Amino acid sequence: MATVEEILRQHPFFASAPDEEVRLVAGCGRNRMFRGGEFLCHEGDPADEFFLIREGKVALDIAAPGHAPVVFETLGVGDFVGASWLIPPYRWAFDARAVELTRTIGIDAACLRGKCDADHKFGYEMMKRFLVPLVKRLQETRLQLLDVYGKH
Amino acid sequence: MPQPYRVARVKRELADTVTLDLAPMVGTRPVFTPGQFNMLYAFGVGEVPISMSGGQSHDVFVHTVRDVGTVSGALARLAPGAVIGLRGPFGAPWPIAAVAGADLMIIAGGLGLAPLRPAIYQVLENRDRYGRVVVLFGSRNPTEMLFRHELEEWRQRLDVDIDVTVDHADPAWRGNVGVVTKLIPRAAFDPQKAVALICGPEIMMRFTVNALRESGVAPQRIYVSMERNMKCAIGLCGHCQFGPTFVCKDGPVMRFDRIAHIFARREI
Repeated sequence: MATVEEILRQHPFFASAPDEEVRLVAGCGRNRMFRGGEFLCHEGDPADEFFLIREGKVALDIAAPGHAPVVFETLGVGDFVGASWLIPPYRWAFDARAVELTRTIGIDAACLRGKCDADHKFGYEMMKRFLVPLVKRLQETRLQLLDVYGKH
Repeated sequence: MPQPYRVARVKRELADTVTLDLAPMVGTRPVFTPGQFNMLYAFGVGEVPISMSGGQSHDVFVHTVRDVGTVSGALARLAPGAVIGLRGPFGAPWPIAAVAGADLMIIAGGLGLAPLRPAIYQVLENRDRYGRVVVLFGSRNPTEMLFRHELEEWRQRLDVDIDVTVDHADPAWRGNVGVVTKLIPRAAFDPQKAVALICGPEIMMRFTVNALRESGVAPQRIYVSMERNMKCAIGLCGHCQFGPTFVCKDGPVMRFDRIAHIFARREI
């Protein structure tokens, strides 16, 4: 059975990451599996963990009272779920639900933040690693908001 | 001169979009290649360029028209038996035959699936000539998804990967949510062997080209279908000038590296 460190090395999020960086992150990680329909997190709960998807699909949604939840994004293999652990007050901003059987590596956020605080060089590398997909998601969200397929 | 064509069939695709089968009233339907377009003339209203959206084996021209203006609105309201004028085919097609042996990334957004559908038909009819075939489609929402039934049929095939996403989901939607570019890193393809065919709104194509290039696809292996205001359709009037090219004559399908320097220029 593969260790968390071996799994992380194969994950696109850590492509080209130095061994030491992966080892430090793996020390905060554990295997987490969610059945279809099971929630990874709920809006407002403490963001004490984030997830790297190895297999399956996750829907991010927001629910309003009296209305069905609205899925605003789906994530798949190679993506990570959750950035709220990066910034105070460390609370989830949405619900995340497994659409199908989903295998992830869950990373303990407090553990990883502690390692980032203790070793600023490692912390800087981690922030850079997160910034790339976050900026990409921001750009994709802009495109989504433009409603390019509507009548103009 | 426009030739008379009779509307043989009207299929409503979406609330504002129809597919017309147009049968020639004189002679036989001219040969066309996927990616080309015809000028459709609604008598007394005007003429617009519309790409072919049907297979080459049909004895009619198939065009999918969205009601976005006066002329397209008049075309979208035609009933079977109506007569319109038609000039064509015009323009540069998708390089389907020329890229035999390659992996194909066919990426469409919204109504952009219509000009790519004849190319998909041709690829599927000659499936053994290509490597992996991936079709990625982005739609505004599930209810405005063009050719949904056909997408589901293609998805049943084991020799083509179909992935669909919507920008905005409804409660019944169980598929992907997000822009079509998000599907690119998830698709299994070899960027060194892949040729990409893209059609959709120009902003969507810009983001898609960027995502493909980040994945390692070279600009000379990317083709886009451009849209500009066309009048003569034979490169004389200049209405569709795009930098040093005319979209009607040099396009609508253009190799990206040849227009990369002007692709995102707002003045052009």
